[in-house]
Amino acid sequence: MDISTQKTGGAEDAPPPHDSTPPTTPASAEQKRAARGATRPGDRIFLGLSRGSGILLLVIMAAIAVFLAYRAYLAISKDEANFLTTFEWNTNLVPPKFGIAVLAFGTIVSSIIAMAIAVPIAVAIALFITHYAPRRMSGPIAYVIDLLAAVPSIVYGLWGALVLVPHMDGLFGWLNDYLGWTGIFSWDEGAPRSMLTVGVLLAIMILPIITNVSREVFRQVPQMHEEAALALGATRWEVIRMAVIPFGRSGVISASMLGLGRALGETMAVATVLSPDFDIHASLLNPGGGTFAQNIASKFNEATEYGRDALIASGLVLFVITLLVNGAARMIIARRKEYSGANA
Amino acid sequence: MKLQRMNRRALTLGALAVSGALALTACGSDDTGSSGNSSSSSSATAAAGSIKCDDAKGQLLADGSSAQKNAIDAWVKNFTQACSGVQVNYKGSGSGAGVTAFTQGQVAFAGSDSALKPEEVTASKSVCSGGQGIDLPMVAGPIAVAYNVSGVDNLVLDASTIAKIFDGRITNWNDAAIKKLNPSAKLPDLKIQPYHRSDESGTTDNFTKYLIAAAPSDWKYSGGKAWQAKGGQSAAGSSGVAQGVKQTNGAIGYMELSYAKDGLGVVSIDTGASAPVAASSDGATKAVAAAKVVGTGSDLSLQLDYTTKADGAYPITLVTYEIVCDKGNKAATLPATKAFLTYIASTEGQGILSGIDYAPIPDAIISKVRTTIDGLS
Repeated sequence: MDISTQKTGGAEDAPPPHDSTPPTTPASAEQKRAARGATRPGDRIFLGLSRGSGILLLVIMAAIAVFLAYRAYLAISKDEANFLTTFEWNTNLVPPKFGIAVLAFGTIVSSIIAMAIAVPIAVAIALFITHYAPRRMSGPIAYVIDLLAAVPSIVYGLWGALVLVPHMDGLFGWLNDYLGWTGIFSWDEGAPRSMLTVGVLLAIMILPIITNVSREVFRQVPQMHEEAALALGATRWEVIRMAVIPFGRSGVISASMLGLGRALGETMAVATVLSPDFDIHASLLNPGGGTFAQNIASKFNEATEYGRDALIASGLVLFVITLLVNGAARMIIARRKEYSGANA
Repeated sequence: MKLQRMNRRALTLGALAVSGALALTACGSDDTGSSGNSSSSSSATAAAGSIKCDDAKGQLLADGSSAQKNAIDAWVKNFTQACSGVQVNYKGSGSGAGVTAFTQGQVAFAGSDSALKPEEVTASKSVCSGGQGIDLPMVAGPIAVAYNVSGVDNLVLDASTIAKIFDGRITNWNDAAIKKLNPSAKLPDLKIQPYHRSDESGTTDNFTKYLIAAAPSDWKYSGGKAWQAKGGQSAAGSSGVAQGVKQTNGAIGYMELSYAKDGLGVVSIDTGASAPVAASSDGATKAVAAAKVVGTGSDLSLQLDYTTKADGAYPITLVTYEIVCDKGNKAATLPATKAFLTYIASTEGQGILSGIDYAPIPDAIISKVRTTIDGLS
């Protein structure tokens, strides 16, 4: 309210729009509206524009949902196999047989691996930039991390296939030797084009977005909190543990969810690096598995009309998974609202 | 703070500039790639004088099989040199996409690795007024089975061994079945890693058709564009499979012959002929010569004999078709379509194929194709 009155005052030397009321006229309904900032044409146009944009967004989302649901219905109604539990994708068979079990598993597993690797590293980088690095160094490091976000995903895919895959041999051998007994890390010496490789690549791809947002959050920790902790004799690590991390936790969670969203939907990089098949393997090191986006990318070109409907049905499941994940993240953030400074 | 925000904006601009430059260089290298191919087709340019343009002009849109994209590119280069009024635009976005675009009337002709299915013929009738879509075989190509095993130069396999390898039932290179076919080779004790396509593909379709026909007791799957056997490794596109086989010691995979280069061995097939047959353009033409025309009317779809024992006939061969309307082609594009198809079915057109690892269609069949093209309306 204060701000809008000030603005009205400041605009006095410019020719006032004809329907505006100077701040000096006695209080009236019109002036109250002026104080709310909704009578000048500019305000009204802006209000209309922003309200229209908001409504447009909802309409677009609803349209996407309706389109996905309709095409998915066309496909699923003719699917002979169970759509949720079948380990096969063959839409050209008569009758067609396809299911999303493998894709859902692969999408979630690869994203979990990516998050497990990326979040700790991203938080560490953000803390280093905001609290440890000399000021002259922190800028360039932040820029380099930002540049990672500008690399197109197909370039990551090619780099992954040509450079990362051949270099995973050593790590895979080591994991197999020491952790092979768990079953999760057993390896049959195949080319390392597996879920773990995909997870590592996705981790690199989502690193910049998590780092970036976390850095902004950590930078906004009130100086007083840190100084108070220091005054009590805390070391720098204790300051970070007691003041910085609790303050930034909800921000880091939202940053991670942004990253997770990218990991769930990543297409080309996964399609280039993974050696997919329609089976669920206990081992993360053996090739196989698949993700929704990768499957759509690799099947779409040669798919028939019906095959495309089936792929769209799988897209609908990804849409639902993403909604669930984002909803869960919102709930977590809402529960920690008292700490949230950055996200309020 | 403000300064940093400005810096970040500058950085975004910088990043845009860098990625833009990357995109531009990508286009640039693409161009040099296609001009690098020209060496093989330049020999045919001299003969391009015999291309008849008639009253062809305008833009000819086509879409379909990526397997014949390189052949079409070479043809388009010669054709547009002779007929400067015509622009041929072939998008290699896949057989399925090509047929869909054709039945929706978006393209003048489509390229496809498999003949039209009955329901696709029905759909084509709405585009071809008074006629229907027909298949014209134009390009054949050998599908090579390529492997990466150090120390093994000339590998011979037969259909049943290939089926067992790709089904995961022969898992080691020193298996008795492989030894029996290669008595003189030093086969290592090494795990076999079969590679197949992860995307749906006409190459997979033709490769599995061969396995179904030639090794029915060892390959129990129904076939199709999607790979059905479990296990093994996979990659997208023939180039992806070639890359994967190259990277992995002990790997074996199937791909179009032009991809089986640089450090990959190519399997010779024991068909029961007097000697094992190597994958070659010549062998593919001989195999197509043994094919039967199964299309009705002016449709010329072929049925290959995958069990052929003819000397020198390479059985794993892919035939790709051009799909047009027999009657009721759009008046605006008909002259250009006829002129282009006439050229690619001509002796010169077919002549450039073997130089780029494809195979020409044998005389008996291509002469029928020429007659059919003359009758298009």
